[in-house]
Amino acid sequence: MDFLNAIIALSNFALLPAIAYGSQLALGALGVTMIYGILRFSNFAHGDTMAFGTMCVILITWYMQSLGIDFGPLPTALLALPFGILCCIAFLLLVDRAVYRFYRAQKANPVILMIVSMGVMFILHGLVRLILGPGDQRFDDGSRFVMTAREFKQWTGFSEGLAVKTSHGITILTAIAVVAALLWFLNKTRTGKSMRAYSDNEDLALLSGVSPDRVVAITWIIVAALATIAGTLYGLDKSYKPFTYFSLLLPIFASAIVGGLGNPLGVIAGGFVIAFSEIFVTYAWKKVLGYILPEYLKPEGLVQLLSTDYKFAVSFLILLAVLLLRPTGLFGENRS
Amino acid sequence: MKNMLMACTALIFGAGTALADGHEIKLGVILGYTGPIESLTPHMAGGAELAIAEVSDSGKLLGGKTVIPVRADSTCIDSSAATAAAERLITADGIKGIMGADCSGVTGAILTNIALPNGMVMISPSATSPGLSTVEDNDLFFRTAPSDARQGAVMTEILMEQGITEVAVSYVNNDYGKGLSDSFASAFDAAGGTITINAAHEDEKADYTSEVAALAAAGGQRLLVLGYYGSGGSGIIRAAIDSGAFDTFHLPDGMIAEDIEENFGTEIEGSTGQVPGTDSPGAAKFAELAAAGNVNPISPFTAESYDAAALIMLAMQAAGSAEPGDYKDKVFEVANAPGEKIFPGELGKALDIIAEGGNVDYVGASSVELIGPGESSGNYRQIEIRNGKIETVQFR
Repeated sequence: MDFLNAIIALSNFALLPAIAYGSQLALGALGVTMIYGILRFSNFAHGDTMAFGTMCVILITWYMQSLGIDFGPLPTALLALPFGILCCIAFLLLVDRAVYRFYRAQKANPVILMIVSMGVMFILHGLVRLILGPGDQRFDDGSRFVMTAREFKQWTGFSEGLAVKTSHGITILTAIAVVAALLWFLNKTRTGKSMRAYSDNEDLALLSGVSPDRVVAITWIIVAALATIAGTLYGLDKSYKPFTYFSLLLPIFASAIVGGLGNPLGVIAGGFVIAFSEIFVTYAWKKVLGYILPEYLKPEGLVQLLSTDYKFAVSFLILLAVLLLRPTGLFGENRS
Repeated sequence: MKNMLMACTALIFGAGTALADGHEIKLGVILGYTGPIESLTPHMAGGAELAIAEVSDSGKLLGGKTVIPVRADSTCIDSSAATAAAERLITADGIKGIMGADCSGVTGAILTNIALPNGMVMISPSATSPGLSTVEDNDLFFRTAPSDARQGAVMTEILMEQGITEVAVSYVNNDYGKGLSDSFASAFDAAGGTITINAAHEDEKADYTSEVAALAAAGGQRLLVLGYYGSGGSGIIRAAIDSGAFDTFHLPDGMIAEDIEENFGTEIEGSTGQVPGTDSPGAAKFAELAAAGNVNPISPFTAESYDAAALIMLAMQAAGSAEPGDYKDKVFEVANAPGEKIFPGELGKALDIIAEGGNVDYVGASSVELIGPGESSGNYRQIEIRNGKIETVQFR
């Protein structure tokens, strides 16, 4: 009983959140790594692209809610998601045409493109605040929980509760579906193969008849879809506020680098590495150990390796260690 | 036609410069229009500008001067941006006093780096860090908000009266959160309470799962979230409710925002808190004024902002000069007894009394009584979440 209580407490406060957070990071980092792999620059605007895509979803969700459309126990935002993705795609293609295409034609250095992307980031940041305002927005509806902590306790009689949020379930399922679809697309379809060819060797790909404009456009379309999905899942799970998407940039980049920039499978692992280490290194084990250990060994203190203040430091440390020891990422870079 | 236009332009221009020459006084309103408390600052600025408009319209300040508010962004958290903004107001706009800043960290930075070297008077409506009581200020710094040393004691009283002796504390990692958590810890310890964990959280994070996991491991009857609602506090509450770690909270002034009713409502039923406030007649009068001026009177620190701006202008009148060096010594005089009590909406009357050589005791919207190093003695409104609404329990 005590042992089960320990496992329940651990799942409730650490395991489930870490898996959901890891999925969200992985989806976000996939977008970063696609741009890095194919367009060859670090897209700093990615966090705010997520915010923008989510904003579209929120506006459409509100519109649907005003029409009385709902999705039963699931959040209406899922219905609005495809439309939000379309908005985000249109916007990113517009940005590419107005901004990035100019620099691509000049064969600009990746550093310049990175700084250009910071400019885009600030504009997006301002745009989202102008349209939706800087505050918290709630757009989740449907039932929040598959099972609340209180219900779990009543049903099972354990002293520890396990809350399963609808958003956790949706996040994990969606992430699996999206990642599977993306990998299938990149590895099996002709377009996907042409994109990988373009990423491996641009000149050779051009010689074999790959159309660069098409590859770039499809990359942006995929990135817009990934960003909007990641942003919406994150917003549903936590809360939507433009600024938090901006600060999400660090863990997302850390995940991408840890996994090896340009390597989609590695990036997913990177997302989970960052999420699990952020949560487990700073987890206070007092409660869990209190259940497992015999009476005389029960801890007085919190048994916490690092205070939660240093959560971001964990991402940084992993980032540093990876860059020093394995600069191409734990799982190797896709390109030689 | 062309000459006519030129003449008109010249006239307007001439009139403009004449006004700028001697008939107007500029007051800086430095608040965090962007950043963690951006949801509060529009009301705070509105409060200050109500007082400024009232004085300007009365035409009685220093023989009919007009006061013009000049806003600048303190960002609440970025000290270098805040000092740059304050510097610009002083050098470029030529302000004569600062209503602000808002958050404790940037207020200290502006005071030390800009106000002291330039001899500028600052009255902050909302900086509550105990550290600002002892900072070197050459008598230039005042606040209409009480120090958090007092809030820590009030918080302890409220919790003890409800029989709560074991709490977990999560404070925001800045001057405000740290100051409040320290003052609460010493008061609560002295009263015999136990703090199971006293951990910091960072602002503006999207995810507080791991912070809440640590708080839950420590346990306690109630969770104290000593932070800013708009930046991290609401995230902590959300994560704590979702994981079933805590279901009642105790919230200080930075956490009491209108949004709380909409975003949490009955989910945090029974939670308690306190926010500077008073049941003096001034509050009611201010509410009327504010409603007319489209400002929310119960938004935190709105009343204090009105009072801060009013004090600056009354002190100017008492000194007979708009120069900060002259009027800084008069702030105490107009704020405290003896003298006729002045409530919101009576600034014109106060200016008359002072002009005739009389004394005023400014009560204002927040029962201003300056103590010690120039800070409000502190009145608090104790609140409780009942049926999903913020209800006032009593005043302390």
